[in-house]
Amino acid sequence: MYTMTIAQAREKLARGEISSVELVQSVLARIDAVEDRTKAYLALDREGALAAAEEADRKGGDSPLHGIPLSVKDVFCTKNLPTTCGSKMLAGFIPPYDATVIERLSDAGAIMLGKVAMDEFAMGSTSENCAFQVPENPWKPGYVTGGSSGGSAAAVAAEECFASLGSDTGGSIRQPASLCGIVGMKPTYGRVSRYGLVAFASSLDQVGPLTKDVRDCALMMNVIAGHDPRDSTSIVRDVPDYTTMLTEGLQGMRIGVPREYFGHGLDPEVDRAVRDGIAMLADAGAEIVDVTLPHTEYCVAVYYLIAPAEASSNLSRFDGVRFGHRDMDADSLIDMYRSSRSQGFGDEVKRRILIGTYALSAGYYDAYYKKASQVRTLIRDDFTRAFEQCDLLVSPVTPTPAWKIGEKSDDPLALYLSDILTISANLAGIPALSVPCGISQNGLPIGMQMQAAHFNEGILLKAAWNLEMQNGLNLKKPTLP
Amino acid sequence: MKIDKENVKRVARLARLELSDEETATMTRQLDTILQYVAKLDELDTSDVAVTTHPQDAVNTFRPDETQPSLPRDKALAASPLQNGEAFVVPRVI
Repeated sequence: MYTMTIAQAREKLARGEISSVELVQSVLARIDAVEDRTKAYLALDREGALAAAEEADRKGGDSPLHGIPLSVKDVFCTKNLPTTCGSKMLAGFIPPYDATVIERLSDAGAIMLGKVAMDEFAMGSTSENCAFQVPENPWKPGYVTGGSSGGSAAAVAAEECFASLGSDTGGSIRQPASLCGIVGMKPTYGRVSRYGLVAFASSLDQVGPLTKDVRDCALMMNVIAGHDPRDSTSIVRDVPDYTTMLTEGLQGMRIGVPREYFGHGLDPEVDRAVRDGIAMLADAGAEIVDVTLPHTEYCVAVYYLIAPAEASSNLSRFDGVRFGHRDMDADSLIDMYRSSRSQGFGDEVKRRILIGTYALSAGYYDAYYKKASQVRTLIRDDFTRAFEQCDLLVSPVTPTPAWKIGEKSDDPLALYLSDILTISANLAGIPALSVPCGISQNGLPIGMQMQAAHFNEGILLKAAWNLEMQNGLNLKKPTLP
Repeated sequence: MKIDKENVKRVARLARLELSDEETATMTRQLDTILQYVAKLDELDTSDVAVTTHPQDAVNTFRPDETQPSLPRDKALAASPLQNGEAFVVPRVI
């Protein structure tokens, strides 16, 4: 049963052929079988999930996720489950409220299985910065899942849940989705509420789904999208039924191929898989056009100033007073702040707080933060011009497939540079997704990134669904015990 | 070298972080590499370019100034490492 998609499971539940309890039992058995290998879950609520499933069966209902067991990245506040953000700083923290997206999943009938691993405070591209355990790629032992939503991607790819929620600040949904062979979407900035999402970089963060196929992505978007009065950055705008976008044929759609995304350092296998995917989109009726995003080479530099600057401010709330780790031995307030933070945060988090504090400090602000914010405008303008020529941009998600755990962990800049293809969407606030487009000779998945103008998630889903119909990669699963 | 150990120590103090000598050395080296890389932005003339601090066009978002229920005190205090049932407890400040 655990191998079904949400859409398939909902159909069987609605017809009374299966129960939610059976679904949850099937997924729990799957978790028992593969969790040693994937290390995706930080907290698993067996009893809670089974009790909720019994309740769902007893009450019945036809809401979109009724009776469906899901996981969420450990970055969302959950009233009854620990929320650690992958950090020792928040070990054992149980929030007093649910994030809006958690409420929305619950209102739609979903069953919460538990919280999955992530890079500490969502800072990282491999999930190796998780303070508790490093999840592994279901497709190959010893390989990274990607990050920072690595636990979500591993849990969905290994079918330890029907879908998961992640957060994406510079590619943290799309990149692990790509490396684990599933679908992941970062919606438009403001499309999904961030109330109860532990903040990393507030002008970039966005919440989105990781799913087994494109239809499930549309189903999840239907549930989580929409204005929330508790998040002043969420936008008042109607939410379409995204599943109605999944129609065959791409006639009239202009698909732009940005030449800068196929540059130096791109793995030949990734290049080939993405170009094969583009040919399939053309077969489906799309017109393919060359476009240029001339400031792409500056996006990593812009991102690694803006994101740490915002993070250094957001993470000042972790001071040992209201929640989280505290050094009980410190005898002055300042010493308590300093030693609590130094003991609680890991190296990557400290590194980014230091970069951000430096970039915002007196004398450096204009040269770093202001300069980056100006170049951000140029990057945003590139997209505005590109979307005058096309409806959709397609490219690789990452320059290479997954790599070995430990391979790049000593060189922060090398890792930052691997984010080059995903971070522009966050800087510009546009929606983007990753959909499988190939498998390397080494047996590792390759994803295609699609980006569209603000609020055009529907175009992304339509194109991705047409690709999936042709390549059938949603049916290809990793071999696990 | 754009950033040296003294800079890193100063910034760590501002950020309320404590670094060992070894950490300071590693961070100095890594931050220097990163800052040299981001200096790439100097290639661009941005004198006439406006800043983007936010990817939406929304300006100010207000709600009516009305009292609403908030978190009860016991729940707000519950996750604190040290509290006395009425307030958060911190080391003496004055």
